[in-house]
Amino acid sequence: MARRVGVEVSIAIAEAVKLAKAEVIPAYPITPQTHIVEHLSEIVANGELDAEFIPVESEHAAMSACCGSSAAGARTFTSSSSQGLSLMSEVLYIPPAMRLPIVNVVANRAMSAPISIWNDHQDIMVQRDTGWIQTFAENGQEAVDLTLHAFRVAEDRRVSLPIIVNIDGFTLSHVIEPIELPDQEAVDAYIPPFKPRYKLDPRKPISMGPVGIPEVYTEAKVAQDNIIKNSKKVIVKAWKEFAEQFGREYNPVETYRTDDAEIMLVTMGSISETAMTAVDKMRDAGQKVGLVRIRLWRPFPGPEFRKAAGKAKVLAVIDRTLPPGALCGPVGAELRSLFYKIPGSPKIFSFVAGLGGRDVTVARFEEIVEKAKKYAKKRPKELYEVIGVREK
Amino acid sequence: MAVNDAIVGWKTITWGCHVLEPGNSAEFRTGDWRSQRPVVDKEKCIKCGMCWIFCPDMAYSQDDEGYYEADMEYCKGCGICAHECPKDAITMVAEEG
Repeated sequence: MARRVGVEVSIAIAEAVKLAKAEVIPAYPITPQTHIVEHLSEIVANGELDAEFIPVESEHAAMSACCGSSAAGARTFTSSSSQGLSLMSEVLYIPPAMRLPIVNVVANRAMSAPISIWNDHQDIMVQRDTGWIQTFAENGQEAVDLTLHAFRVAEDRRVSLPIIVNIDGFTLSHVIEPIELPDQEAVDAYIPPFKPRYKLDPRKPISMGPVGIPEVYTEAKVAQDNIIKNSKKVIVKAWKEFAEQFGREYNPVETYRTDDAEIMLVTMGSISETAMTAVDKMRDAGQKVGLVRIRLWRPFPGPEFRKAAGKAKVLAVIDRTLPPGALCGPVGAELRSLFYKIPGSPKIFSFVAGLGGRDVTVARFEEIVEKAKKYAKKRPKELYEVIGVREK
Repeated sequence: MAVNDAIVGWKTITWGCHVLEPGNSAEFRTGDWRSQRPVVDKEKCIKCGMCWIFCPDMAYSQDDEGYYEADMEYCKGCGICAHECPKDAITMVAEEG
């Protein structure tokens, strides 16, 4: 029987990686991801998991080792955060292009300077276009479930792409939650053994990562774009099968009290739980407010989002990064593209909140809804607004 | 002006852009953008092998008589052999056409 235990989310993720039977784990510790790889190194050292734990000298080396082990046909896991994820950046572009199904849990954290170890989404938005499938977890149970789902989807031959599972640093990584860890047999049934279509094998030599001359490069990139776009079918099907196997249902986009909602908040990650509380409070006060949460960020689930939020009059989109000099945050920009010139589509207002560990409270969500209502009547000067910022 | 149009389709390109056929670099001519070629004067050549040692592309090999000759499929025309030859037996000649 699956056990429901009170456990730190990082530890639970490490246990999920053990249940998924990762074979190679090249990793470098960085706050707030440390507990995940620390616990995995213990699991491997204790002989509970038959894997190679490679304590590399940097995140650049971690991702390089991941590429090598995945190319050799081993189930490969790593985890990172913030500055460490950026140090990986050069190598992050490679596994999607070479179709290496690595699973990477990123404990989202702000980028320096000023130095911040606290949570926002700046680190992952910097890596948005590296070509990884990306999901965002709302709570500890979902962090575990998305990790298992990631192995299943990544290694499916129709996909064969790496996946980043985003979990909010500290807010999720360091919190103790009641989490159900599934049985080994159930996980074995859900995640079949890794059988790569191609691997580095001296008995059948191939070359991976050759030069792409101008006569080839465009076609290689278009092929890659099509593969990640087509992966959505497999991602959704693997969630359906997850629900059948484990009883918890996941979709690319989730809605909360959106029936008849005129204003919808749009969030990603753990602030969605606070947003639900805020929606309940505003609903109690008679406001027609709902919440739309994006779980699948890449490939972006356009039709699913339109279906979930297309009937709203106003969308109040919350980004947890402030890209300097941009017109608005990345989620806001994505949704403005999605609804551009579609008749009857909602008015979209973009907000930036929760930078570098600043709490996004129920009151903040109420403030955002009030502002969105105001802007729906009178268009604001700027395309985004930073919430809870002090001027003097 | 040459136009670098696609030589493969995105639907037909190999999985992950892998090269699935081993050893096929031997089929790839890398010397065709050479602007100069080395010409060895066998009267001056003492078969010392300095050109063979210094060639950065390993284009030189020894023939049955012991002379060294560069393979024009791989020679890039860099001229290092001509520079290093102790007998000035190698002359760089412009490629035509």
